[in-house]
Amino acid sequence: MNDGLIIETRDLRKIYRVGKVDVPALRGVDLQVSPGEFVAIVGPSGSGKSTLFHIIGGLTPPTAGQVRVAGQDLLSLTDAGRTQLRKRTVGFVFQKFNLLPNLTARHNIAVARYIAGNRGAADERFLEILNLLGVSDRLDHKPAALSGGEQQRIAIARAIVNHPAILLADEPTGNLDSQNSKAVLELLRDLNQRVGQTILMITHNPEAATYGHRIVSMRDGRIVQ
Amino acid sequence: MTARLVWENLKHRPMLSLLSTLAMAIPVTLILALVGLTQGLLEDSQERQRNTGADIIIRASTASGVVNFSGASIPEEVVAKLQGLPHVRVAVGVLNHSIDPPLVITGVDMAQFNRMNGGFDYKAGGPLRDPDDLLIDQAYAAQTRKNLGDTVTLLNHAWHVRGIIGEGKLARIAVQLPVLQDLDAATRKVSQVYVKVDDPADISTVVRELEALDMGYKINTMEDYLAMFTPGRISGVKEFTVVIMVIGVVIGFFVVCISMYTSVLRRTREIGILKSLGASKGFILTVIETEALLLAIGGTILGILLSFVACWLVRTLVPASIPMIIVQSWWPIAGLITLVGASLGALYPGLSAASHDPIEALAYE
Repeated sequence: MNDGLIIETRDLRKIYRVGKVDVPALRGVDLQVSPGEFVAIVGPSGSGKSTLFHIIGGLTPPTAGQVRVAGQDLLSLTDAGRTQLRKRTVGFVFQKFNLLPNLTARHNIAVARYIAGNRGAADERFLEILNLLGVSDRLDHKPAALSGGEQQRIAIARAIVNHPAILLADEPTGNLDSQNSKAVLELLRDLNQRVGQTILMITHNPEAATYGHRIVSMRDGRIVQ
Repeated sequence: MTARLVWENLKHRPMLSLLSTLAMAIPVTLILALVGLTQGLLEDSQERQRNTGADIIIRASTASGVVNFSGASIPEEVVAKLQGLPHVRVAVGVLNHSIDPPLVITGVDMAQFNRMNGGFDYKAGGPLRDPDDLLIDQAYAAQTRKNLGDTVTLLNHAWHVRGIIGEGKLARIAVQLPVLQDLDAATRKVSQVYVKVDDPADISTVVRELEALDMGYKINTMEDYLAMFTPGRISGVKEFTVVIMVIGVVIGFFVVCISMYTSVLRRTREIGILKSLGASKGFILTVIETEALLLAIGGTILGILLSFVACWLVRTLVPASIPMIIVQSWWPIAGLITLVGASLGALYPGLSAASHDPIEALAYE
């Protein structure tokens, strides 16, 4: 395995057990991502891109193969180890925003800091990013009072508040109109360019994929391009 | 932050939170009402005995417990004999007849009773004159809405209310001793004898003298007798209290279990979000347990408030039969019972939430 890579998988396999049937979701994925890269992963439904996203994000363990994320071997990680990975190493942005509906935007961000063990006021770098996101005046609203674009920007702020090594974005523009989609994609590109945030983005949208440094295509549980 | 998360979660489902709090308040009120009833009954009896002014009490050997509902078995000759003993200033024989427990009608030798302590404190009317005359205290008068001159039927006998007396001295309902003896077919018999000595320093001497007479009766100084007024001395109360406490824990357990389980199901996606942020099983369990404990604290406070309502209702409707009081020393106990029930009840939903698969939870609609 290459120590210079932030994500590296070799012959990564994942099999889900559905009833008595084994369903292979990943059939040997080899992927290398360098720090500071913005990689777009495209592919049809069922191609395995979400499963790859979940394994790299520590949401589910791999079945076989090798996978290293920020120097950690995910195959050997326990459930508690994967929890630590989600807490400190990766940040998630989801298609459905996934903000906690009971909390204001400010507290949605604060809860992520709290879980990661960061107490006290947010650092200058994050406040700069918050300004960049353009949601500073919407922080005291609950998600129901925010537009889709605003919710996704808050979700991005929450994902990066702990300065994770990797930002994983799963269809971040899937629930947004074209104007908000463009704004969110440009924000991701800005984050990547300004602070060198490594980003792995899953998308169906070919235009969105062009925002990445490179595009990885998947089909039937394998990388095809 | 945990506190905010918990508080916002509870606020987000106000009706469920309110109903859970109310359901947990009920056992708290039940426990406090039961303790208040028991303690109130004991303290009321204790006060009425203390205010007789007697130094020694003599009860029949068959008397069981401290609240005496037993029949008359002490001959009046004994009272006369006691009256003649050295250091004894006055001996008063009384006859108790239970009418509607814990209410008792008491036959009193009024002349001797007056000598012992100056007699009853008359709020209206005056002492007994005719055989059918009856004295009732203010609580019984309020409970039965009887006034001076009214007729009260007790023991299948029509009585005339001659006086209304203050509460807290010997009896709630008093009649002349010979009349009650006659009605009770207990001619020249009494249930217990109160003895007042010349000097409090003589109490132990008189007790020894009485014991030396070997009459076969229970002889206690008033101080010792009053010390017997504890819930444990009333048959069944302790067991009943334990049963109510267990019911409290069980109700708390089920209410919280159902409430939190429903809540956890509804919040599956939110739990998935927390897990995606790196929340540990411990953190999620803490959130669920804290929510349950907050509901239990609310339930305890509401239960205490409801016990005041219960006390007011009881004291308004049946002040003579049930002299209920508020026993503050039981608030922490009732609270602890509720907290234990709630904590146990939240354990399964909490563990269930903590062990959610984050991917499945995030996909939950």
